[in-house]
Amino acid sequence: MDYALEIKGLEKCYSKGNKVLKGIDIKIEEGIVAGFIGMNGAGKTTTIKSILGLVVPNAGEIKIFGKSFKENEKEIKNRIGIVFDNGYLYEDLKLSEMKQIFAAAYTKWDEDNYKKYIKNFNLNEKQKVKELSKGMKMKFSLALALSHHADLLIMDEPTSGLDPKIRKEFLDIIREFIIDVGKTVFFSTHITTDLDKIADQIIMLNAGEVIFNKDKDILIDEHALVKGDKTILTNDNRKWFVALEERGFSFEGLTNQRERVRQEMKQALCERPTIEDIMVAYMGR
Amino acid sequence: MNIIISNSSDIPIYQQLKNQIKEAILSGEIRDGELLPSIRNLANETRVSVLTTRRAYDELEAEGFIKTVHGKGSFAASGNLELLKEARLKQVEEKLIEAYNIGRAIGVSKEDMRTMMDILFEENGR
Repeated sequence: MDYALEIKGLEKCYSKGNKVLKGIDIKIEEGIVAGFIGMNGAGKTTTIKSILGLVVPNAGEIKIFGKSFKENEKEIKNRIGIVFDNGYLYEDLKLSEMKQIFAAAYTKWDEDNYKKYIKNFNLNEKQKVKELSKGMKMKFSLALALSHHADLLIMDEPTSGLDPKIRKEFLDIIREFIIDVGKTVFFSTHITTDLDKIADQIIMLNAGEVIFNKDKDILIDEHALVKGDKTILTNDNRKWFVALEERGFSFEGLTNQRERVRQEMKQALCERPTIEDIMVAYMGR
Repeated sequence: MNIIISNSSDIPIYQQLKNQIKEAILSGEIRDGELLPSIRNLANETRVSVLTTRRAYDELEAEGFIKTVHGKGSFAASGNLELLKEARLKQVEEKLIEAYNIGRAIGVSKEDMRTMMDILFEENGR
């Protein structure tokens, strides 16, 4: 198995005794769209910045395309495309000027490809970065990130604050990118419905630790949203729930023991959960 | 190929995917030796994860329904179709014996059994 990204034992503290990352392990196979979720402050951005060498971790190892990042920084950076929520773009530059700075940094810059994206996204190169709407800025970032034949696309909340139509366009672009063999996408988001649609693998971080790292469909198949009459709850079966909300006469909860609940709590209704149901349940723990 | 994954179904997603490909091959909708969509294409199409799709393909290959040629893709396995149908037929026979035994135990007559079978066929319009 070839891994696009391997993180082992990553630790980071910004101030003494306050660990933001408590030794996290993440592996992402080549050809996968991996979604990275967790509450604000869970450590997602710190993880992504560590991968890109923008933050120096206190411990741990990061390998990209099977190679140590530290020793092959230049080569690796050439093969990564980056999209950040609140840009690394210079607000006062025209798009064409920003592009020139950007293009100079990559050996495999593809001007034709870039032009194609600018045209498809209806961007005007004469505009200044600060004149772009939020959605346009994201598209411009994508055009830059996708125009140097990157093999790994890393994005930090690329779709936050964007309307459903632009988010759909974003997902279509990712689908087109991932079709080629050897391409990998890793992105953090709070918009879990996007992950329901596009992710192959879901990694959840909570308080600096990886809570789960799984095939999306397996994750959804092994959990269930359970609803029923409160009287069927016992001290024993309460333990089968990751999160359980007891109301006046009914309950609703998320179980990670789907088969057991189905067989032993026959009066309850079991539904397929969304990623959001699962995420919220694990956050409340 | 017409594959629809239901989110409200109790059947695990990967099982649904596998069953539907199997049905398509057995019914001849996918013809002998026909190229199946690539794993990524099928995943994009059905919104199923690429990991799950790969697992379904791997199992279909292990069961002899498809054959994967490295670098070329996966093909419906032609030669095995007769064997597969025969295996299914054997299953039908076993289930019929089971139904017969249960029926006999409570005294269902040959006529009644026939009627039940007739109704089943009529319901499906054959």
